[in-house]
Amino acid sequence: MAKIHVTTTLNGVETEFLARPEQTLLAVLRDELHLTGTKEGCGSGDCGACSVEVDGRVTCSCLMLAAEAEGRSITTIEGVAQGGELHPVQRHFLEEAALQCGFCTPGFIVAAKNLLERNSNPTEEQIRFWLAGNLCRCTGYDKIVRAVQAAAAEMRGES
Amino acid sequence: MNFASPRTIDEAVRLLAGVSGAGHVLAGGTDLVVQMTAGLRSPELVVDIKHIPELTGIREDADGFHLGAAVCGAALSEHAALKATWPGVVEAVDLIGSMQVQSRATPVGNLCNASPAADSLPALIAAGAEVSIIGPEGPRRVPVAEIPAGPGRTTLRKGEVITTIHLPPRPPRAADAYLRFIPRTEMDIAVVGSGVNLALGPDGRIAAARVALGAVAPTARLVPEAGAALVGTALDDTALDAATAAVRAACQPIDDKRGTAEYRTRVAGVIFRRAAAAALARARARSL
Repeated sequence: MAKIHVTTTLNGVETEFLARPEQTLLAVLRDELHLTGTKEGCGSGDCGACSVEVDGRVTCSCLMLAAEAEGRSITTIEGVAQGGELHPVQRHFLEEAALQCGFCTPGFIVAAKNLLERNSNPTEEQIRFWLAGNLCRCTGYDKIVRAVQAAAAEMRGES
Repeated sequence: MNFASPRTIDEAVRLLAGVSGAGHVLAGGTDLVVQMTAGLRSPELVVDIKHIPELTGIREDADGFHLGAAVCGAALSEHAALKATWPGVVEAVDLIGSMQVQSRATPVGNLCNASPAADSLPALIAAGAEVSIIGPEGPRRVPVAEIPAGPGRTTLRKGEVITTIHLPPRPPRAADAYLRFIPRTEMDIAVVGSGVNLALGPDGRIAAARVALGAVAPTARLVPEAGAALVGTALDDTALDAATAAVRAACQPIDDKRGTAEYRTRVAGVIFRRAAAAALARARARSL
């Protein structure tokens, strides 16, 4: 089959690309559109390193065919900062040292931002459950949870 | 491989029936895309059903709830009325994978993947759920329990598409629960799962009971003898012991890294009792 022409809204900008039918969204983001902030970890939906938002839901871009992006709105890690301004989740990941090697970080930030848009004041348990699909082998998660809590407090206007 | 995203069920059926090699429905893709990426499946045609309007919603009417085949797990958890009426079905679906998976994975996909350990199946079977199917020879409607034929195999015929899961109307004082055993708190595959669906009579005794098990046989299964042992009782120890014996007698598990057959059979009884207690507490709360 010929390549499929896909029109999608990517980080707020209407974007067109060509994809082979079996190509995942992750492969197109990285290899065709050169948005390499989204990482490939496991390729089987277990690690969350390739997390993106699709129509407001956080999902693994390795679990989605690129052709399915037609007509959808997709946000990758590259769309999280506004202009030169880091998102509070990004800033608090830096301030709380919530990363070491950094490979899982884009996925965590996309997933955490999605959580805070749905729940401005999550409990620690809710944060840990929401981020259960994102694996980090460096931090032990505590610093990540604290960074999300600090970002949530700032976004609520409490700090 | 070819990719199609038809706008009607008839078109999806026509495409799948007409393909010479393997055709596959794509809903959430959390099994299919992984299998394709790993080289375990190479379909000639993949048909994305998410643009078919009838398959994308949750509907409630006098006949109960109707879940479209393209509805993802997260949408079930967000549906307050569904969650209040079928808490066991919703909690079973919610156990499948992470938020990233919940955003994509569908109960119908869980059914068609036909894993013996699929979490949604014991809950759907206990609920008495049925599915509507449309195929080249027309529509049919069958109980959920009749879809899985064995690990990874279904009774669906070529070109057939499951369109809807039907959950029956609910009597008052009725509730369900699903519990599974895993050796951690989240993100794992069931060692044993049990769905229990109870309806209480006006006297508070059990008027109807359905018990189903997962991960203890090639397919999830209903245990009619366990349900029958509970009917007419107040879920006292004698009734629970009889039902537990029926549950264990229905187990035909395998030994694998998740547990031995002996262990699974033992734990199935424990998990069933806890699920029954949870369903009873919910049914009583609904009668207040």
